[in-house]
Amino acid sequence: MKKDFPFQEIDPDGPRVAVRFDGAVYDLPEGANLAAALLVAGVRAFRATPISGAPRAPFCMMGACYDCLVRIDGVVRQACMTRVQAGMEIERAPAREVPHG
Amino acid sequence: MGDVDFLIIGAGPAGMAAAAQAARLGMSTAILDEQPAPGGQIYRGVEVAGPVRGRILGKDFLNGVQLAQGVRHAGIRYIPGATVWKAEAGGSVAYSVEGAARTIRGRRLLLATGALERPVPLPGWTLPGVMTVGAAQILLKQSGVVPRRAVIAGSGPLLYLVAAQMVRAGRPPLALVETPERRDLLRALRHLGGALRGWRYMAKGVGWFAELARAGVPRYRSATELRIEGTDKAEALSFVAGGRNRCIACETVLLHEGVVPNTQASRAMNLPHHWDAGQRCFVPDHDVWGQTAEPRVYVAGDGAGIGGAQAAEQAGCLAALHAAAALGHIGNDERDRRGARHLRRLAREMAARPFLEAAYPPGMQTRAPADDTIVCRCEEVTAGDIRRHAALGCRGPNQAKAFGRAGMGPCQGRYCGLTVTGLLAAQTGQTPAETGYYRIRPPLKPITVAELAALEPDPGENT
Repeated sequence: MKKDFPFQEIDPDGPRVAVRFDGAVYDLPEGANLAAALLVAGVRAFRATPISGAPRAPFCMMGACYDCLVRIDGVVRQACMTRVQAGMEIERAPAREVPHG
Repeated sequence: MGDVDFLIIGAGPAGMAAAAQAARLGMSTAILDEQPAPGGQIYRGVEVAGPVRGRILGKDFLNGVQLAQGVRHAGIRYIPGATVWKAEAGGSVAYSVEGAARTIRGRRLLLATGALERPVPLPGWTLPGVMTVGAAQILLKQSGVVPRRAVIAGSGPLLYLVAAQMVRAGRPPLALVETPERRDLLRALRHLGGALRGWRYMAKGVGWFAELARAGVPRYRSATELRIEGTDKAEALSFVAGGRNRCIACETVLLHEGVVPNTQASRAMNLPHHWDAGQRCFVPDHDVWGQTAEPRVYVAGDGAGIGGAQAAEQAGCLAALHAAAALGHIGNDERDRRGARHLRRLAREMAARPFLEAAYPPGMQTRAPADDTIVCRCEEVTAGDIRRHAALGCRGPNQAKAFGRAGMGPCQGRYCGLTVTGLLAAQTGQTPAETGYYRIRPPLKPITVAELAALEPDPGENT
């Protein structure tokens, strides 16, 4: 079944593993860049800002902007600097855990 | 313990070339890099993506294959997945790999930290679905992922390269919305001599324009009043071009206004920087070998001033040669003899830069954002806030932190610093150099207290 999400893989290939994001189960390519894999899976908002609560999603894909912060197995990390591993429990980074001045 | 002759931060073209050169000259060499594989951003994931997506990414990308192989040399300690959070002028560097903090020291230290995309403060630029053109290219290189319905907007040659790559990937952009004005191109013609010396760049550009025309990608020139529409995600890009209001519905908006040196590490070391008027950014002071005001610290590649991948390779080799001579691995005569070749190539690579800088400046709209436009993404501080700070007596970016927290979020000013400098300079009548930049302090990236508490010295003393 072809899904009409904003991002797609050109050559889907290789083994997939199950992770959980905000309660839903996703089959993502093992070892893939987590931010890329979640975008392809149709995830649009990765976190909310600590100031206004506005939604954010990957912006720079190179570890500089911190808009793709998610909480993985309890630790807030940059999705774009993380590789997909089986069984990851991922949730949107809670606003209070996003570092800010 | 853990000391090496030559320690490099960053495995992009400058760092990779420097590492290979240093190892050939007999220096014990280590290279720290944040990514899981060598390449930097320009050659991101090149070892895997080269063979699989070479046709889409093009011949220039494949130049990175050999450079990446050079890092896998027995004489080089390559440390991937390493987030550097502190670097000192004495050569000590603290970094974390998978949540474990370590330190390492280089007798000579090379900062090859590359570029960041220039901030693109436009209305709606913080919405999900808006990312940089560089980010889209990283998705394509590393992950083979493309946006289905994207509009590309802004200024610079990267717009055309990525658009051409998307065409080859079977997902052409819906449109290119270009902010350079006709007068920018006219001004750039003054530098045509240099452009002709760098004719290879010009020939490439002609090729991309032809690819985009064949694919029927619409191009809108001299666009103004750009705005990303949507409340919780990007839904369209509206703008004015040719005297008409336009609005293109899309899911993804890719923005780009050129790249600027990533100076977080050189700033944190308090190295002197200067304002480069042509590139409209701050650059760490350095000589032709990349040596900074701290004699043991070098800079090379885009982090030392934007020159592109080929220039970065030459600069990396120059830094390695100078460090090797300083440590007595080669004589100064040999350094100068070998260096001359790299200096010649570097000059050739830089020849087209003044033309490109004049032809593709950042747009007026992002240089002087409207009051209600967010400039600090992290702390959601607007251009109007910064102007109000200036009216209350704020003279520089450091003070702006105290006035309203701009630059104090997790990105530590990476995507607002130059905008805040520009806004304050415009309000106070100071130059950008007088206005200055944020004072950057370690940790360069957020780390946990547990990481810090478990800090171990570098275990790799055997190499």
